[in-house]
Amino acid sequence: MNPRLTTENSKLRTEPAPRFTHHRTLGLAYLALSTIALLAGTALSLLMRLHLAWPAWSLPLHGLILPEEYLGLVTLHGTLMLFFVLTIAPQWGFGNLLVPAQIGASSMAFPRWNRAALILFATALSTLLASPFVPGGSAISGWTAYPPLSAITIAGPGQAGGMDLWLAAIAFFALASLVAAVNMLATIITMRCPGMAWHRLPLTVWGWFTAALLSIPAFSVLLAALLMLFSDRHLHTSFFLPATEVVNGLVLHSPGDGSPLLWLHLFWFFGHPEVYIAVLPGIGLTSMVLANFARRRVFAYRIMIAVTLLIGLLGILVWGHHMFVAGLSPFAGSTFAISTMAIALPASAEVLSWLATVWGSKPRLTTPMLFALGFVSLFVAGGLTGPILAQPILDQYLHNTMFVVAHFHLIMAMAGVFGLYLATYYWFPLLAGRMLNDGLGRVHFYATLLGAYATFLPMHLAGLAGEPRHYAQLTGVAGPAGTLLKNLLPLQRHITYAAIFLAAAQLPFVWNLVRTLSGPRTASANPWAATTMEWAPAPVTPPEAAASSHFAVPCVYVGPCEYSPDGNSFHPQWEPLTKVLPKE
Amino acid sequence: MPATLTPPQLEPRRVIDTPRDADNGAGGRPPVDKRTGGNGDDGGDDFERAAAGRRGPRERLATARIGLAFSLFGILLIFVGLVSAFLVTKSSYHVDAYDRVINSWLPTALPTILWLNTAVLFISSVTAELARRAMFHEQSIMDEWFGLGKPTSKRATVWLAVTLVFGMLFLVGQWVAWLQLQMQRVYYASNSSGHFFYLITAAHALHLFIGTALLIGALAVLRSSKQFATRQIWVDTTVWYWHAMGVLWVALFVLLDFFQ
Ligand code: HEM
Ligand SMILES: [Cu+2]
Repeated sequence: MNPRLTTENSKLRTEPAPRFTHHRTLGLAYLALSTIALLAGTALSLLMRLHLAWPAWSLPLHGLILPEEYLGLVTLHGTLMLFFVLTIAPQWGFGNLLVPAQIGASSMAFPRWNRAALILFATALSTLLASPFVPGGSAISGWTAYPPLSAITIAGPGQAGGMDLWLAAIAFFALASLVAAVNMLATIITMRCPGMAWHRLPLTVWGWFTAALLSIPAFSVLLAALLMLFSDRHLHTSFFLPATEVVNGLVLHSPGDGSPLLWLHLFWFFGHPEVYIAVLPGIGLTSMVLANFARRRVFAYRIMIAVTLLIGLLGILVWGHHMFVAGLSPFAGSTFAISTMAIALPASAEVLSWLATVWGSKPRLTTPMLFALGFVSLFVAGGLTGPILAQPILDQYLHNTMFVVAHFHLIMAMAGVFGLYLATYYWFPLLAGRMLNDGLGRVHFYATLLGAYATFLPMHLAGLAGEPRHYAQLTGVAGPAGTLLKNLLPLQRHITYAAIFLAAAQLPFVWNLVRTLSGPRTASANPWAATTMEWAPAPVTPPEAAASSHFAVPCVYVGPCEYSPDGNSFHPQWEPLTKVLPKE
Repeated sequence: MPATLTPPQLEPRRVIDTPRDADNGAGGRPPVDKRTGGNGDDGGDDFERAAAGRRGPRERLATARIGLAFSLFGILLIFVGLVSAFLVTKSSYHVDAYDRVINSWLPTALPTILWLNTAVLFISSVTAELARRAMFHEQSIMDEWFGLGKPTSKRATVWLAVTLVFGMLFLVGQWVAWLQLQMQRVYYASNSSGHFFYLITAAHALHLFIGTALLIGALAVLRSSKQFATRQIWVDTTVWYWHAMGVLWVALFVLLDFFQ
């Protein structure tokens, strides 16, 4: 053991009193924002489910849920969850908490820009949460806000003030993401400690890096599109409006000859990379955690780095698969079908690497390990329907049905949430100095896994049977469509019960948090016997030297997964090479 | 740049090891770190011996430049978004009730003052570059380091001020161009090409406006900052930003003038 190091405290815990530009403070603040969004988004989703199963149910203190209110719920739920939970928490919350530690840096590259990003994100969240309270209520266009309706203020009750606030919130969000992404990229490029070569970066850092790299083109293009939509709404332009249009019985003329399709292209050029931004950090963390508890190196480590980058690259080439039925040229349809199916290759490579890493090992089934395995399971279950939706012919039928909702909830929403829980359980000892209870963790895991599948697997069936998404009510429809939807009601009720169960399954986690946080700090410095830098013990710094910039520079000597063949001993990245290890 | 991509195996040969390793634990005075952190120290600006983020002025400059490069990439992509919308709209058509294919694009004739504005912006880039070079003029840096006045900052201040004047001239020129178009009854909302002309030029003007704010910031830093490195970084990144906006303008101007 290096004489300068002590095992008593981990680095994060001995950091000086946090200023509000400190990455740790900011990381926790990002997580706080996401928690608010998660609670609100969950509540809204339960309201949606209750309304779908019992359309006549009236919400206490409010009354019946009107169709436009249902659409408002959908819009707010999707926006909160995708943007404010699954983008902020894994990428900027855990990113800020862990990136500097994992690369051996003492701070992010631009701490004050980091704080600016946080303030912008907070502004965006408050703007969004204020939007239901303006006249007309919140926007009703879904998280994709397709024109022409989103561009015309008289198109619906929420399309005036609510839509404006929605657009403002997303614009703030895009700006914040750009600032945060620049900070993240500059940090990973310039702040790595001596010895931390690119191929020694943990795959988590590669996940954050790739997601940040994707954020820049994605959110820039979104910003451009928002600019145009804003001027269509308020400056009488027609970027996205055709020359003539009938809306709410009124004939509307526009000066130019724009096209709603243009928005679809620009939006999905952002939208598809956005869903990868949401899952890439989880993908990286799953690889590292599986390896850690299987006590094996990640199978094909360097290839996995390339695969992460490849997923990112392909992710910006597939946006057209959201537009198969929107009037895309058939040639473009085939192109996008091929590029989309090409993503299945790197995605399968990830899965193969995960399986090969744990195959035949005797993994310790701790709570983080369980959540990592859960992530794998959901990623496979959700990913299998991807190539199905990627066929233009099949998508004719499936587009805008509950089948798509099932697909993206499994692969993105549930996998993303499992990634967040994985991060929480795994890094809790580091962040709070305490271990979350393993028994409660198991209960939480199995209940959540069961709830997730019970909720989202049946949605495939509803979609195959023809239930469209974004429909407020399945009863009271005339004709054969009405019969079809009525037959689905028992399934709807099951899904709603399952969703309530899923929400209730989070209570053990909350209880676990409360219990653990009120207990003593008992976690050892490296409870998972992990190899990456964030678990390195803090160097002892004599006070008179603490101010010196050169004191106790962390150094990296090996790659991130060095375990002995029997898995009993390991070589952490911070430990100098004393004995000769097999060449990496 | 020195090797941040590090050699495969690193001996812990940091300076601070020496006193501590020599300490045999038998008591005596604790090791005292006498270094000031300046460039005169051994390892002062050495990328491998210092902690990331504390490797001296050269690292700060490199980090700032990398941050700037990614920001410029983002800005570029905003314009890629706008320009691709422009190209698509220009070449799109609809089919009317009589089965005729209609492309309703009416090109906007650009005001000639834009040529003048382009020349002004070009000159401003030259003066900006003179300011930047002044900040990196080795002999004056040495003079300044020895305390013989602030020759670099003085020269850079003059050139930056000139750049600021030309930059504002450009913005005024753009304003005039919009007024001229409006006198010909071409408004933002008139038709598709009007939409794109005004939107693209305004988005660019906004970024140039941010550039003038940066110039003012850099001038303020030149006056007030005691650290030479800070002044250098401000001038350097501001000027690179300015150049990038100049190049962007030329590309946009060519596009709007010749590809309508
Ligand atoms: C890695 C993670 C993935 C995420 C996060 C993800 C996310 C999403 C989301 C959010 C949608 C909803 C679009 C809408 O609002 O209508 C969607 C649709 C779609 N996904 Fe995925 N997806 C992933 C992987 C895949 C894969 C691997 C494929 C194919 C190989 C795929 C193919 C599709 C297709 C074709 C659609 C469009 C369906 C439609 O519009 O009807 N996805 N995906
Ligand atoms: Cu997609």
